[in-house]
Amino acid sequence: MKRKTFLRGLAAAAALVALPLPALAQDTIKIGEINHYKRMAAFAGPYKMGIELAVEEVNAAGGVLGKPLEFIFRDDQGEPGEAVKIAEELMTREGAVMLTGTILSNVGLAISSFAGEKGYVYLASEPLADSLVWAQGNAYTFRLRSSTYMQAAMLAEAAAKTDAVRFATIAPNYAYGKDAVAAFKENLLRLKPEAEFVAEQWPALFKIDAGAEVQALERAKPDAIYNVTFGPDLAKFVRDGTDRGLFEGRNVYGLLSGEPEYLDPLGDEAPEGWTVTGFPWYDLNDGPAGDFVAAYQARYDDYPRLGSIVGYMTVQSIAAALERAGSTETEAIREAFEGLEVASAMGDITFREIDNQSTMGAYVGATALQDGKGVMVDWEYKDGANYLPSDEEVRALRPSQ
Amino acid sequence: MEFFVAQILTGLANASSLFLVACGLSLIFGVTRIVNFAHGSLYMLGAYTGYTFMQVLPGAVGFWTAILLAGLTVGLIGMLVEMLVLRPVYRAPELFQLVATFGVILVVQDLTLMIWGPEDLLGPRAPGLRGVYRIMGEPIPKYDIVLLILTPFVALALWYLIARTRVGVLVRAATQDREMVGALGVNQAWLFTGVFALGSALAGLGGALQLPKGGADLLMDFTILAPIFVVVVIGGMGSLPGAYLAAILISVLNVFGVTYLPQSTLVLMYVVMVVVLMIRPYGLLGREEVAGEHGQVGEPETPIKPASGPVRLMVIAGLAVLALVPVFGSTFAQVLLTDIVIFCLFAASLHFLLGLGGLVSFGHAAYYGGGAYIAALMVKHAGSPMEAAFLLAPLGAGLAALAIGWVCLRLTGVYFAMLTLAFAQLIWSLVFQWGEVTGGDDGIVNIWPADWLNGTTIYYYFALALSVGGIIVLRHVAHSPFGYALRAARDSARQAEATGIDTRRVQLVAFGFAGMMGGVAGGLFVFSKGSVFPNELEIVRSFDALIVVFLGGVKTLAGGVAGGAFFKGIEDLLTRFEYWRLVMGLLIIFVVIVAPEGIVGSLRKAASRLGILKTAEQT
Repeated sequence: MKRKTFLRGLAAAAALVALPLPALAQDTIKIGEINHYKRMAAFAGPYKMGIELAVEEVNAAGGVLGKPLEFIFRDDQGEPGEAVKIAEELMTREGAVMLTGTILSNVGLAISSFAGEKGYVYLASEPLADSLVWAQGNAYTFRLRSSTYMQAAMLAEAAAKTDAVRFATIAPNYAYGKDAVAAFKENLLRLKPEAEFVAEQWPALFKIDAGAEVQALERAKPDAIYNVTFGPDLAKFVRDGTDRGLFEGRNVYGLLSGEPEYLDPLGDEAPEGWTVTGFPWYDLNDGPAGDFVAAYQARYDDYPRLGSIVGYMTVQSIAAALERAGSTETEAIREAFEGLEVASAMGDITFREIDNQSTMGAYVGATALQDGKGVMVDWEYKDGANYLPSDEEVRALRPSQ
Repeated sequence: MEFFVAQILTGLANASSLFLVACGLSLIFGVTRIVNFAHGSLYMLGAYTGYTFMQVLPGAVGFWTAILLAGLTVGLIGMLVEMLVLRPVYRAPELFQLVATFGVILVVQDLTLMIWGPEDLLGPRAPGLRGVYRIMGEPIPKYDIVLLILTPFVALALWYLIARTRVGVLVRAATQDREMVGALGVNQAWLFTGVFALGSALAGLGGALQLPKGGADLLMDFTILAPIFVVVVIGGMGSLPGAYLAAILISVLNVFGVTYLPQSTLVLMYVVMVVVLMIRPYGLLGREEVAGEHGQVGEPETPIKPASGPVRLMVIAGLAVLALVPVFGSTFAQVLLTDIVIFCLFAASLHFLLGLGGLVSFGHAAYYGGGAYIAALMVKHAGSPMEAAFLLAPLGAGLAALAIGWVCLRLTGVYFAMLTLAFAQLIWSLVFQWGEVTGGDDGIVNIWPADWLNGTTIYYYFALALSVGGIIVLRHVAHSPFGYALRAARDSARQAEATGIDTRRVQLVAFGFAGMMGGVAGGLFVFSKGSVFPNELEIVRSFDALIVVFLGGVKTLAGGVAGGAFFKGIEDLLTRFEYWRLVMGLLIIFVVIVAPEGIVGSLRKAASRLGILKTAEQT
């Protein structure tokens, strides 16, 4: 009897997956999009809206290769194993021609490894890990967003221009935090050899003990602080640091801290005078970025986050690759992505042949308070192409190529 | 010196919210014996409702009223949960209620997202308490000082309630022997409801009180869960002064850890827990568990027996169908079934421990994820071929299980469960933070099977053969003399000892064996996915296995497998929908209420009632 139930369960599961799909009209080009829609709803939501806006625009203009573009959105619960399963389903059962998505680096790495093994094209839209295109890079994985290394290099450049010498860092104790600190150090020491690092704090991700961290940083008496914490950790760090006067008279550099996703929840307690990478959509009035912001606000009753424009550019990149490939065959798409130039919402970007990383840049500026809200002022768009290591270094970093 | 004082004050302030939440959990466990996984969710609800009240109520009075109201609201929610979800399942096997509380977690997660939206909420400041006091020159936030003073008063009030009132007498009596309290004419149902509501209210208070130090976000339910379990266990389950002491110990240690061992913040807490439990197995102020239950709750178990002829035929037919899937099914069907059979083996290995051994492990993911990591590490660092790595996965996992089991088996019951959890968390935090070797959370990628196995269909057969083989071995062992000895040790350790069974050794071997089978599942997993990440070692993975074993039916042989297959299948279906966690949570609660003996157990009962299955007396 017990076995019977076991069998029934398995048989039901088998019947479930063996069901023939409803005969879908094969007149769309399908893209499989995997993301953590539930686990990271605040990030994945705006990203999805950006994608949907772009898909509508592309299809209104006649689609790609004469067919409408269609995205299939699937939730992976933030689990790498689940994402790999869904990737297989999207490619073999749903008829997707390529994969895209993910925010978390570990899920991105899992899909990338899988895509490389099976020979599926994967455009990693948002994950930041450097290893995605370098140490663990493969021919089938391309990355859109400017990586940890690139954004840290932009901040290091800004930090090198000041007369701060004693630096302290605080970063979540996991791969992204470690990469971000290493890249900042490498670039800063290259530009300013006399810089020294007097404290390194590594709070556990989303478990920061802000009071203790602030005291430990204060104790080292640094000239400048490099912050990589984000989300709830950032809110706690800013609040305790402001209360205890940690930021007074110090230069602070915040990786990603200027993105609306992280800055807006801080409300009127957003830090002032930090140098950050982010997305000042409120100042983008002309050019392709201005057009994007206007279209987004016209389409939704909401303002764009960084994720929105990344989603939008994901569709732009995929549409451009498909047009260039002239077909939906995997190899054609892969070859089309190599060296692909895209006229994107952030200006012209190129998917570099050497490591499949796009040259998408980032906005760097200072934080300020306006009308009880944190914003970026005096910002500048930095082209990602200028913040990557030399070609020889990249070749050494990318052993499999 | 000034620095130390400042650090200690910060630690004490941090302890306050932790203490409130943890003592609620401790209280609930002490009286009702429910391990409330949903306690973190109640804490999250406290933060969110507190936030909402603070938006409405103005000024300092409004702020403190909002905190009290948040506590009350969450207390009411807790009362509802107890009455609707838990009360129907008090007669179920021990610890079964934790499955129901897991369902509550899922429901609360989606409801919170629906009501408050996805963005993090920054907690409002306490009016009049912005800024710092200077203590010996060091700046300490005013709110920290308030918390620091407030907590002992709350603790004192609780102590008064427990030690000096009639309600407290009943609560203490129930903590010691709840059946006796029932026998003396106390309405247990209301006592349980009241305590659950009080514990929930404390969690809500803790959530609302920490708002000015942080805020409310959707991940906070799981973030707080591990620390409060640690605090409750270190303090001694059911002991309020213990919880207070432990909260302070953990918080202050953590503050100094941040300064002197900044990389070790995750590991430290679990090391402390393991050390304390090794020296004082029942926590700092806990008492040894007197056999609270007079015999097992619920009906006596029917003895297990080998499958009958028709059942065997059906199993063979079912296996034949599975073997034919590559012929008629899609590629994806094979991928999904590979996932399912691997998970079934994992669940079956835990079921062996739980059902036959009566050893409730809250940290079984350590062996599953451990096996996966051992295989991946061998491939990555030793460049070993897939076959060797695959063999080492179960061996390594089994050895780890033996070592951990040797330590944990000094304890029994919930303390044993908590110690297994502590070790699992210790391994997880090591893997997570030791980036140079394990890749940290970026994991180990590009671990693919050898060429002869590299293909969806061939790997499907491989996984099917090993998983089904493993499950059959587990079943076979259950019917062997060893299995009988293990069940004897579970049902009556004393009588088993008297017949010459070395119960501890039998349990240790069982623990190692279950760990080994978990390692097989882990090895299969890593080569099917091509990568492994610390997620496979997380608390959540251990819970996954626990849930399906309980839902499948602890007291049946096929429970783990049936539960695993059923829930993996359902999950694959549900995740296609927007609010799938809500549906999944409600489904779990539904199953818990209608089938308190698990799916298999309840089906069997129904069948024997209908006369389809011969009843036990007739066999």
